[in-house]
Amino acid sequence: MINEASLLPVEATEWKLPSSRKVAIVCLILTETCLFSIFVVAYLFYLGKSLTGPTPREVLELPVFSTICLLSSSVTIMLAESAFKKEREKLFRVLWLLTIALAAIFLSLTAREWHTLIYDKGLTISTNLFGTTFYSLVGLHASHVIVGLCLLLLVFIFSLTGSLTQMHRQRIQMISWYWHFVDAVWVVVFTVVYVIGR
Amino acid sequence: MASQEIALTANTAPGTSLVDRLHRLVATVDHKELGLMYIGTALIFLVVAGLMAVAIRLQLAIPNNTLLEPEVFNRFFTMHGTAMVFLVGMPIIAGLGNYLVPLMIGTRDMAFPRLNAFGYWMFVFGALLLYFSYLGAPGLNGHGSAPDVGWFAYAPLTGRAFSRGHSTDYWILSLLLTSVGSTVSAINVVATTLTLRCRGMKLMRMPLFVWMMLVTNFMIILALPSLSAAQIMLLIDRYLGGHFFDTQSGGSAVLWQHFFWIFGHPEVYILIIPGFACLSEIIPVFSRKPIFGYPVMVGATTMIAFISFGVWAHHMFTVGMTSVGNTFFAVSTMLVGVPTGIKIFNWLGTIYGGKIRLDLPMIFCLGFLFQFLIAGLTGVMLAVTPFDWQLSDSYFVVAHFHYVLIGGLLYALFAGFYYWYPKAVGRLLNRKLGLWHFWLFTIGFHLTFDTMHFSGLLGMPRRIFTYDVGRGWEMLNLIGSVGAIFQAVGVLCLAINILRSLRHGKVAGNDPWDAWTLEWATTSPPPIYNFESAPVVRSRRPLWDLKHPEDPDWKYEEAGSGEN
Repeated sequence: MINEASLLPVEATEWKLPSSRKVAIVCLILTETCLFSIFVVAYLFYLGKSLTGPTPREVLELPVFSTICLLSSSVTIMLAESAFKKEREKLFRVLWLLTIALAAIFLSLTAREWHTLIYDKGLTISTNLFGTTFYSLVGLHASHVIVGLCLLLLVFIFSLTGSLTQMHRQRIQMISWYWHFVDAVWVVVFTVVYVIGR
Repeated sequence: MASQEIALTANTAPGTSLVDRLHRLVATVDHKELGLMYIGTALIFLVVAGLMAVAIRLQLAIPNNTLLEPEVFNRFFTMHGTAMVFLVGMPIIAGLGNYLVPLMIGTRDMAFPRLNAFGYWMFVFGALLLYFSYLGAPGLNGHGSAPDVGWFAYAPLTGRAFSRGHSTDYWILSLLLTSVGSTVSAINVVATTLTLRCRGMKLMRMPLFVWMMLVTNFMIILALPSLSAAQIMLLIDRYLGGHFFDTQSGGSAVLWQHFFWIFGHPEVYILIIPGFACLSEIIPVFSRKPIFGYPVMVGATTMIAFISFGVWAHHMFTVGMTSVGNTFFAVSTMLVGVPTGIKIFNWLGTIYGGKIRLDLPMIFCLGFLFQFLIAGLTGVMLAVTPFDWQLSDSYFVVAHFHYVLIGGLLYALFAGFYYWYPKAVGRLLNRKLGLWHFWLFTIGFHLTFDTMHFSGLLGMPRRIFTYDVGRGWEMLNLIGSVGAIFQAVGVLCLAINILRSLRHGKVAGNDPWDAWTLEWATTSPPPIYNFESAPVVRSRRPLWDLKHPEDPDWKYEEAGSGEN
C-alpha cells in the first residue's frame, strides 16, 4: 500500500557515503589495537617484576636489521599499490614480491632470535614473567605478520594466474592498510620491548 | 489484508521438505533470517540458563537444603551468568540489530552478508562448546566438569593448581569463539550504518534505535578485545606454563580483575543500551509524540559510552586500591548517572502530555522505567566506596545487577518482542497471554529481587550454596524462590504466545502500531529484498511525512534546530 519512493519528495542534494570496506577495515584495526594495548600494558606492568633471571638487559639485542626490513616493506607495498593503480603489472609484481621477501626476512630473523633465546640463553615462556610477557607480545605481533604474509602470498599467486584485475584495487588497498597497521604495531613493540624495557 | 495472506503463504511455500529447510537455515546470508536465528537461539539459552537460576533459587529456598551439591551449585551459577551474558544478551542484541538496522535505514541487507552468517555460526559453535563442557571437561583424568569459577573467572582460582581438568579451558575457548562472532557482527553493523543509509538519511535523521545500536556495536569493538587478551594470557598460563596471573612467580591476580572489568563494565552498557534503543522507538509511538530531545538522547548515549570505559575498577573497591583510585572510580561511576538520568527524563518528557496507548510494548516500557530507576539508584549507592566495602559480594549487589538486566534490559527486550514480532511474523502476539506474562513476571521479579536487597543488607554473601538457620535470611530467601517460580511461569506464557501466534495470531498488516520508522513501510514479514525501491527520507519520521503530507516533520526540522 505504501510506495515510499514515489510519495516522498526527492531531495536534490548529492548522496555520498563512505566505502563499506574502508569502514570495516578501520574497525578491525581499532579492535586489534585494543587487543595489542592490553598485551603492551601487561608487558609494562610486569617490567622488572620477574623473580628470577634472565633479565631483558642480559639477553635482548636490538633487532635493527629486521626492523629496517619490516618498516621498508611498508614503503614497497605503497609503491606496489600505486604501480597497480597505474596498471604497470610487472613493476607491481616485483614490488609485491619484494614486500613478501622483506616480511619473510623479518619472520626468519624473529625465529632466529627466539631460537637463540631458548637454546643458548635459556629463556622460555615459562622461565619468568619477562619470558611470559615477551613471547606473548612479540608472538602476537609475529602471528599478525604471518597472517599478512599469507594475504600477500595469495595476492601474488592471483596475480601470476592472471585473476587479479583492476576490480580488486580496493582489496589490495585494504591489505596494504592492514600491513601498515602491522608495521605501526612493530614500532610500538620495538619501543616498549627493546628500548624502554631493556 | 488479503494481500497479507498471500504474502504469508508465498513465503512459506517453497522448499517445505525438511532437507530444504535445513539447507536454507545453514546456507542463508539474509539479515532477517540470521537476525531471527540469533534471537531464536538466544531464547533457547534463555530457557536453559533460566532453569539453572530456578534450580539455584530452589536450593536456597530453605536453610541447609541439599537439592544441589556444592560443586553443582558452583557450576550452575557460573553457567547461568556466563550463558545469560554471552549466549542470551549478546546474541539477542546482535539479532535485533541484524533484523532491524537495515530495515530502519532503508537498505536491502548488511554490508557483509557472508560475514554476518560467519558471526552467527561462530556464536553457535562457541555456545555449544560451552555446554559440551559437561561431557568434555572431565577428560581422561576425570577431574572437572562444566566451568565453576564464576562468570568473571577470577585468578588464581583459574590456575592449573585450583582448576583441574578442562572446565576453565572450555570457558576460555567457548567465549573466545563467541567473542569473534560478536566482533565481526559488530563491525558489520557499524559498517552498514555508516555506509548503507538510504538517500536523505543523514546521521541526525537516523532512528534513535539505529544510533544506539551504532554506539553499542562500537563499544563491542573496543571492549571485547580486553576479555580476549586476558583469556589468551590465561590460556598461556594454563598450557604453556606462563606466569601472567601466577602470584607465586610474581604475577598479579589483581591484573586479571582489571583486564576483565575493562571489558566487563563496558559490557554492562553494551547490554543495556540496546534496551534504551527499544524504549526510544516504542515510547514515542505509544505516546503519539515524537521523542523528546532527540539530539540530547544521541549525546547522552555517546557520553555513556565514553564514561563506561573509565569506571571499571568500581568492581574492585575491596581489593585495596589507593584512595586516589577509589575516589576517581567512585566519581566517574556517579557521573554515569547524569546521561542516564537525562534519558529517563527524556522518555518521561515524551510520555508527558501524550495520547498514551497502553498496548503490550508500552506496558513493558513503563515497567522498565520504574525498575530501571531503582536499579540506577542502587548503582549510585554502590558507587559510594565505603558503602561498597560493606556490601560488595553480598546479595545487595546481586539484586542491583539483576534489577538492571532483568528489570531493565529484559523488560525492554520483551517490549521489543511485542512491538516487532508482528513485523517479523506478520501476526500479532496475543494480548491476554501477554498481560498474564507481564503480571506474573512482574510480581515474580519483585518477589525475588526486592527481597535480595534486604538479605544483602543483612549480610548474606553471594555464591554460597546454603546457609544456617537463625541468620534472619530464611523468609527473604523463601519469598525470593517463590518469585522465581512466578517468573518461570511468566516466561512460559511468552513462549506459548510466541509459538501459538505463529499460526493463530491476528494478522498484523504492514503497520499495526501506526508507527513512523521505515521498517513499517514494507510488508510483514518483509520480502527478501526489503524494499521494492530504495526509500528516500527527509526527516526523522519518514512515515509520518507520508501519512500527513499536510503537516510533515521536515518543515520543522529544517526550519528549527541547526543540527541537521
